[in-house]
Amino acid sequence: MFSVKQSSWFMHKVSSLYIPACPRDSRARMEELLAVASFAWSVLLLPVTTSLFVFLSQASLLHPIQWITDSLCLLTASSTMFSLLLLSAVVLVIGIFIQEYCTVIPSIPCSRVALLAKVLHPRQCVHSLSHCSLGMLVTWCAAVTIGGRYRTLSHPCSESENVGQMCLNEYHLFLLLAGAFMGYSHSLLGVVQNMNYVAFHAVQQHKYMHFKGSLPRVVKCSAVQSLYSLRNYIVLYYFFGYGPRLWISQILNLQLDGSSHFLDTVAGLLDFSLLYHLWISGTFLMLTWFITVFLFRIYVSEAYSFPVQSTFTEDAEMCLPKVLSCKEPMVMKFLALQDLALLSQHSPVRRQEVFSLSQPGGHAHNWNAISRECLSLLTDLTQRLVAHHDAVASNGRPKSQGTSSAVEDLPKAYPSVSKTPGSVFLRSSTVGLNSPMTAPFTPDLDSPFSSPVIRRLTAQEDPASPWFGSVQSPHVMRRGPKLWSLPEASGQALFADSQAHIWALEGLSHLVAASYTEDRFGVVQTTLPNILSSMLMLLEAVDRHFKLPHASSKPSRATCSMGDSTHKTLRFALRAALKTALYRITTTFGEHLHAVQMSAEHRKRMQQFLEYKE
Amino acid sequence: MCSLALFPPPLLDGEITLYESNNELVSGTSASSCPKQEWDPPSLIFPRETLKSHSRPESSSKSAFLDHKDTLWMRSAGAWRDAGLSGLLEEIANRPDEVPKWLSVGSGCMLALLRWISSFHGSLFPHLTLSSEAMVAEFSQVLKWSDGAVRGFAWHPHTDKFAVALLDDTIRIYNSKSATSPTLKHRLQRSVSSLQWKPLCASELAVACHNCLLVWHIDPTSLSTRPSSGCAQVLSHPGHSPVTSIAWSPSGSLLVSASPVDTAMLVWDVAIESCVPLQRVGGGGVTFLSWAPDGGRVLAATPSALFRVWETRMWTCERWPCLKGRLQTGCWSPDGTRLLFSVQNEMVIYALTFSDSPGGPKAASVVADLSETTFSGPNGDVTVGGEVQSLAWDPKGERLAVLMKGVSEAPERPAVIAVFRTRTSPAFELLPCGFIKGEPGVEPRLMQFHPQFQHGALLTLCWSNGKITHLPFYFVSAGATTATCLPHHTAKGTEFSSQLLYTDHSS
Repeated sequence: MFSVKQSSWFMHKVSSLYIPACPRDSRARMEELLAVASFAWSVLLLPVTTSLFVFLSQASLLHPIQWITDSLCLLTASSTMFSLLLLSAVVLVIGIFIQEYCTVIPSIPCSRVALLAKVLHPRQCVHSLSHCSLGMLVTWCAAVTIGGRYRTLSHPCSESENVGQMCLNEYHLFLLLAGAFMGYSHSLLGVVQNMNYVAFHAVQQHKYMHFKGSLPRVVKCSAVQSLYSLRNYIVLYYFFGYGPRLWISQILNLQLDGSSHFLDTVAGLLDFSLLYHLWISGTFLMLTWFITVFLFRIYVSEAYSFPVQSTFTEDAEMCLPKVLSCKEPMVMKFLALQDLALLSQHSPVRRQEVFSLSQPGGHAHNWNAISRECLSLLTDLTQRLVAHHDAVASNGRPKSQGTSSAVEDLPKAYPSVSKTPGSVFLRSSTVGLNSPMTAPFTPDLDSPFSSPVIRRLTAQEDPASPWFGSVQSPHVMRRGPKLWSLPEASGQALFADSQAHIWALEGLSHLVAASYTEDRFGVVQTTLPNILSSMLMLLEAVDRHFKLPHASSKPSRATCSMGDSTHKTLRFALRAALKTALYRITTTFGEHLHAVQMSAEHRKRMQQFLEYKE
Repeated sequence: MCSLALFPPPLLDGEITLYESNNELVSGTSASSCPKQEWDPPSLIFPRETLKSHSRPESSSKSAFLDHKDTLWMRSAGAWRDAGLSGLLEEIANRPDEVPKWLSVGSGCMLALLRWISSFHGSLFPHLTLSSEAMVAEFSQVLKWSDGAVRGFAWHPHTDKFAVALLDDTIRIYNSKSATSPTLKHRLQRSVSSLQWKPLCASELAVACHNCLLVWHIDPTSLSTRPSSGCAQVLSHPGHSPVTSIAWSPSGSLLVSASPVDTAMLVWDVAIESCVPLQRVGGGGVTFLSWAPDGGRVLAATPSALFRVWETRMWTCERWPCLKGRLQTGCWSPDGTRLLFSVQNEMVIYALTFSDSPGGPKAASVVADLSETTFSGPNGDVTVGGEVQSLAWDPKGERLAVLMKGVSEAPERPAVIAVFRTRTSPAFELLPCGFIKGEPGVEPRLMQFHPQFQHGALLTLCWSNGKITHLPFYFVSAGATTATCLPHHTAKGTEFSSQLLYTDHSS
């Protein structure tokens, strides 16, 4: 199975922190600092959200003055301070979970069984259970803050026959269970909506502006989300609330107070103030957690500028070509690709460094490393698409290895191509612990339920696997897709990491276009035929993919969720970026492109671009 | 500073401007005496009478179709959907017989309160009281947008192809390489205020509509004359309507859109249909956008006396308060370092120069004075000059066309286009070239330069009678190093300047 080094990048960073000589030390430390900074801000924002919660929880429209004085008294009370301390701890634990589970490549289950497996995976169970207890902790703080009838779990009985005994306070229990339920549903929704996925945005903004601009959406999302979970919780409690109530009362030896309505009756639930407090507490819980997630995303996805080359050897590890070719942590590779796309577009000085020659020797090491890495990414995607198409075309039946002629046509200019360092399959093992959390495809590759397409793909990548070649029985292969598979999802999963390809395309095309005027040594010229043929090959594969059923249907957009759904439409973004990249090169070079060596078929396609007929 | 008094006098009635050659505008009596080129863009005419406009105000026809037998709840839900809270309150307040008295009185009071608040808001930002059609007409770059036959025009940035938006809410596309001219119609394509082709792409056309943005994908090789509405992506965002201006980034990756009622301008990633709102306090909305050709900056005008210049790297902005009025129009030099603009209620053109060094420009300078000037001619005096409606700078940065509003009450003072020659060295300067005269009794409404004209510049003009004509300016660009063959006259055309216009764009 998978080895220790295939743990998540966070684990890796933590371990590397204690090994000073580790070359990845500086990178890891940088990521660590970003995460810590985001959690610090989340904790610093807690007093604000808490005081807002206190203010809203004491709301009484008829006595505004009392409302304000009550809120102010409560804000300075020691119980609130204690709650704040506890909440900070909760936020930190949540933050550690976010960092542990976060991924830059969304995991898209290709079948319902895979989704189920994902939810029931031990790693996910740990996540859910801890969120359950954290949710309970938050609502306990909320109950103490609201005070009144919610404050404690027991109260002296009011009924005459039980005088002197303690009774169970169902309101308190109701609130605690609500917290547990919300924590669990948060964790569950996180899986379904890919809450752990950190998406990168096309528009760069300063962190403060980004936060300010999206805060209303976060608040709205938490209010709506809390409303929905509240509805589900109330239905659940109405039918099954009797159980935990009895259980708790027996364990703690408390009496059940018969004088008031039980909360699993209609009369008990029709309590406006109870529902309001429940909703407010739920919103408070969601808001603190969402803000933590959101700040973490802002910090991690912020553009970082890597030096293109360094005069000092100790900084060499942080240079762009080095970071680009590193496989883990994945987030660093993504940041490097983002930086490449930005520098190619905005920074003539740094472009000049890319085009420069080494001293001494006169080799274009920077450009070669960068272009090799980008091209291998593109070739990798082309191979993946061709294999997927072949698998679909042969209706799930395996053909002999290397079926497609297109795969064999791929340029062999770089020996590393076939190794595909950027391969998503190998990455799935490096990013996260053999787990379904971060694998872009169905985790249950060994199960007969996974789509044969996917299995074939992984088989191609990993000749050591038992599924390699023709060992699979055609019977299993055909049965696969019928078991609840989601064809749209397998299409989405193919493009799960396409943000990297989009940046590679942008970076390459901008650099090539800039080379027309800026490249003094002609370093780009040598690679231009390769770049063009890789792009055209990818275009062919993408065109063929879009002819498949479901490929060009757009998913409906979620109205309000904190999960980022951009991964569902990444294939459209990739197609647009690819065409734009080709047009950028053809528009810049124009008729000069006729002098570039390429196959007749590619020349024909190129002519279409030159005539603006694509 | 250049003023209109330095211009050659306007042409007499009956003569029309044909082309520019040897730094002079050549006139004739009919358009047929124009020199021929490889591809003459078609001169089109869309008579106003043949186009049926959708003259349906949003609310007038509603009562005719609404089933009044619906229950109150159904109608309330419909009103909520159509007109939001105020519609719902109005529906309830108008039915005192069907609802309890306290409810109808309560909603009446709420409605009055809402109206009072919105009138207060409206007094701060008067444009909010306009209907959405009136708002588009007010902020459009097209002169008299509401009654012209042509409402929008867009050249393709790379190839000989253009799109024309017409009064009947259709868009037609004309292509030099194909005889078919597709007509685009869509249910949501109403009151088109602006349209633009996506750069570095052959087929995508963004259209700013009444309450959404449409991005059409028109296959250039298709022979279909009526692309289905499935070819259009619909991009909409709550509170972002009407859309009055759009701008593609020159790299083709992003699209910004603006609405005068939305204080945020939206930056769209069109392929994934997501947007990032960029919000800043002040101004009350965004009316006009223009992306600099080098991609580094975006001009965003507001309905108040304030405009912003955004830099596109980190999306921060500079505020530029104006003294007199709102910014009406602006245009960028080809290298993106100079912005020319003009504000309402002032008859001048301002210039702002940007540099990459921190700090930026401190003040805008006046580069041209367009105040009213009287020329005496054989048929009496002719007065020219006025406020600017729109500005257009040719892609080589050598000719600047200025469309000046006329006086609508005085027929002898129609809108006029003045053309300047521009020079960047030794100092930035506007030099007079001439006035463009069309057929008698016809005024220009809209203009745009061809982005790729070989022999100088080609100005496309849309006239008030629905005609679209193309006016070539033959000159040799200061940046040209080889003599380009002019169609039929090369008298003095090859005056080379040692100055390269584009030399200083790398930094």
